[in-house]
Amino acid sequence: MPLAVRLDHVSFAYGHGPPVLRDVDLTVDRGEFVAIAGPNGGGKTTLLRLVLGLEQATSGHVHVALGRRGYLAQRAQTPIDAPLTVRELVGAGRVARSRLLGPPARADRQAVREAIERVGLNAQADRRLTTLSGGQQQRAFIAKALAGEPELLALDEPTTGVDVEAQEAVAGLLQRLGGELGMTVLYVSHEFGAVEHFVERLVLVRERIVFDGPPSDLPGVWHDPSHAHA
Amino acid sequence: MLDLEFMRHAFGAGIVVGLLAPAVGFFLVQRRLSLIGDGIGHVAFAGVAVGYLLDLPLVLTALVVSVVGALSIEGLRARRRTAGDQALALVFYTGIAAGVVLISAAGALNVNLFQFLFGSILTVTRTDLIVIAALGAAALALVALLYRPLVAVVVDEEGARVAGLPVPALNALTAALAAVTIALSMRVVGILLIAALMVLPVIAASRIAWSMRSAILIAMAIGLGSVLTGITVAYYANLPPGGTTVLVAAAAVVLAELASAPAHLLGGRPR
Repeated sequence: MPLAVRLDHVSFAYGHGPPVLRDVDLTVDRGEFVAIAGPNGGGKTTLLRLVLGLEQATSGHVHVALGRRGYLAQRAQTPIDAPLTVRELVGAGRVARSRLLGPPARADRQAVREAIERVGLNAQADRRLTTLSGGQQQRAFIAKALAGEPELLALDEPTTGVDVEAQEAVAGLLQRLGGELGMTVLYVSHEFGAVEHFVERLVLVRERIVFDGPPSDLPGVWHDPSHAHA
Repeated sequence: MLDLEFMRHAFGAGIVVGLLAPAVGFFLVQRRLSLIGDGIGHVAFAGVAVGYLLDLPLVLTALVVSVVGALSIEGLRARRRTAGDQALALVFYTGIAAGVVLISAAGALNVNLFQFLFGSILTVTRTDLIVIAALGAAALALVALLYRPLVAVVVDEEGARVAGLPVPALNALTAALAAVTIALSMRVVGILLIAALMVLPVIAASRIAWSMRSAILIAMAIGLGSVLTGITVAYYANLPPGGTTVLVAAAAVVLAELASAPAHLLGGRPR
């Protein structure tokens, strides 16, 4: 499989603080669906931000072979006061793929419609985002990322604050979309129990990569939440 | 009232500013930068002082200095070396202090600064009106053309950056548009009240709108209505037009709050 992401001996610290990541090596192939898990403060969000170019490695090298990238930030929500419809939110995710000036082209409007359909929010397309449930809002944000037709989709704790059923629904949706669209998916999750049934590969990060393989190979002790928080 | 040339000029300038201020202010309010208008307004005061000192057109010098100030605030904010409110405070106080020192150096401390601080729309000349209309129309056209990328940044700045949008350039453009708006609005509501016309109509519109696009259009309508009502009331009641305009906009916020209140009281979903 062609390479999607490669990190070589990457270390990172915020300012003069202690290192968040040390000497991390990671390779992700195109089309893989990888869950990145670990304890709070373990560096999994930082790892994702380094891949996306939102932070620069203190040392080492980050190489991303995929140009079109979509990002769903932790606790994704818009900071705006103005009412925002699902269609407007998803349309915002299409802008980078369309001409910048003037109204959207017909193909862009179609891409937005398709992204909304893919996450099953047709009936809610013209409703205000704030009137949707937490799970529906997360699906709307996923549609926003999909509207840009990303080759790499990075999600940071996309199901925080929603129930287990909704978490599994989102993970299943991403697995299906990843396969259908040939996307490489990086899914950061603190509670990896909801995603381990949907991914082929789990990467556990605690300053370094402490596990990298199929979830079924994960030592039993890691499934103990107290260990994850250690 | 419209038989008087100065009133026609006042309404002309008011229409442009009434539409432009909320259109640009909309993007500042959504980015939680409502008070940036105040900061740039104080920098505009330094620009007026430079105009006095160099004997240049005051709108022009206010425009140039405001744009430089706005880009400085945005630059400091973007580099994250200074928190947004601290960057604002730095530029805010430097602007007002520089204004006082420069006006004093120009020997103009005795001029009527009141007209810059609180507006003097009734003294708008034909030349002022042409400048305000031309630059205002250009700024509004830019907002319309770049509406979608500006919204994309407002909705999710990091997502837009990751997707490849030129976020720093769009943020700099927003700051520059705010500076242009403030320099043009100086004569209408004054430096101290400028931010109100950029913020209050947006707050009111957000309470009653049903989508983002409707919110910006309603904000522009409220801004326009506030200016036209403010000038008219000021004319007949012999009140200061700048202050009256802002009070009308503030009343619009109260009315919008009341209009949206029943949904909460009746147990509807909060906005």
